[in-house]
Amino acid sequence: MRDILKIGGQEISSRLFLGTGKFSSNRLIPQVVEASGAQVVTVALRRVDLDYEEENIAAYVPKDCILMPNTSGARNAGEAVRIARLARAAGCGNWIKIEVISDNRYLLPDNYETIKATEILAAEGFVVLPYMSPDLMVAKKLAEVGAAAVMPLGAPIGSNRGLKTKELIKILIEEIALPIIVDAGIGRPSEAAEAMEMGAAAVLVNTAVATAGDPVVMASAFGLAVRAGRIACLAGPGETLDYARSSSPLTGFLRD
Amino acid sequence: MKFNLNGKEEFFKESLTVAELINLKGLNPDTVVVEYNRELVKKEQLAGIVLKENDRLEILRFVGGG
Repeated sequence: MRDILKIGGQEISSRLFLGTGKFSSNRLIPQVVEASGAQVVTVALRRVDLDYEEENIAAYVPKDCILMPNTSGARNAGEAVRIARLARAAGCGNWIKIEVISDNRYLLPDNYETIKATEILAAEGFVVLPYMSPDLMVAKKLAEVGAAAVMPLGAPIGSNRGLKTKELIKILIEEIALPIIVDAGIGRPSEAAEAMEMGAAAVLVNTAVATAGDPVVMASAFGLAVRAGRIACLAGPGETLDYARSSSPLTGFLRD
Repeated sequence: MKFNLNGKEEFFKESLTVAELINLKGLNPDTVVVEYNRELVKKEQLAGIVLKENDRLEILRFVGGG
């Protein structure tokens, strides 16, 4: 079955997007990407630590992946725009995940600043994927100013708590014409499958894979779960009932 | 000469180009992104920029992130 997700003119066959943070070693990243089948991989931009030798993460991301830098660390639209421009100029392509956060406890996104950054960067030709709190009016505004997709959170970043915002995400899926990509909070493959069954276009997972006992095997499980959920969505799940309805015929019983 | 590197003050007695500074810090110019006084610098420009008093330099790189 050919089932392609199109974002920013790119055709993507894997609906699992993968983050590269928190892995015990960068050497795991190529194995994790391969096991998951992910084609979109996120990275962050930071000041070099001059007292400590670090590796270049980009060297560990397979060349055929779409590298999507995020603007993590940005506290307002201006900082997000600065990071996005630096990342693009560094040869990272034109995809950017907008992440504007000034709340350090829950790391919830600032939807207002996110809209501002999205508008500026979309006008500059970026393929903008904004991370946001699931709010219908905000999602509509993001679509209006040129977002290529909308990325609502399932639960706070890194919490592995699952789809706590499920009902709000469902509304976005129904009402917004752009791809809805559930980002943050997904902790288990079953939750990724559920998001896909609901009609999400893709999911972005990082912590759940990076902190698993075996990240490579977990990456594979997520890849399968996302595929299963997507296929189930395309198949169209049957109706749910409050009472039983027999699956076997209610005639021809072997009794008097 | 005093300038700001990644948010911290640095002092050098002699004049120095950005390329020389990167070399001195043991960094590979192919793996870093350099911003000089809020302007992005291309790799081929690094050797032509001589650091001046109160310049602001950011040397960045991609790291793991979600």
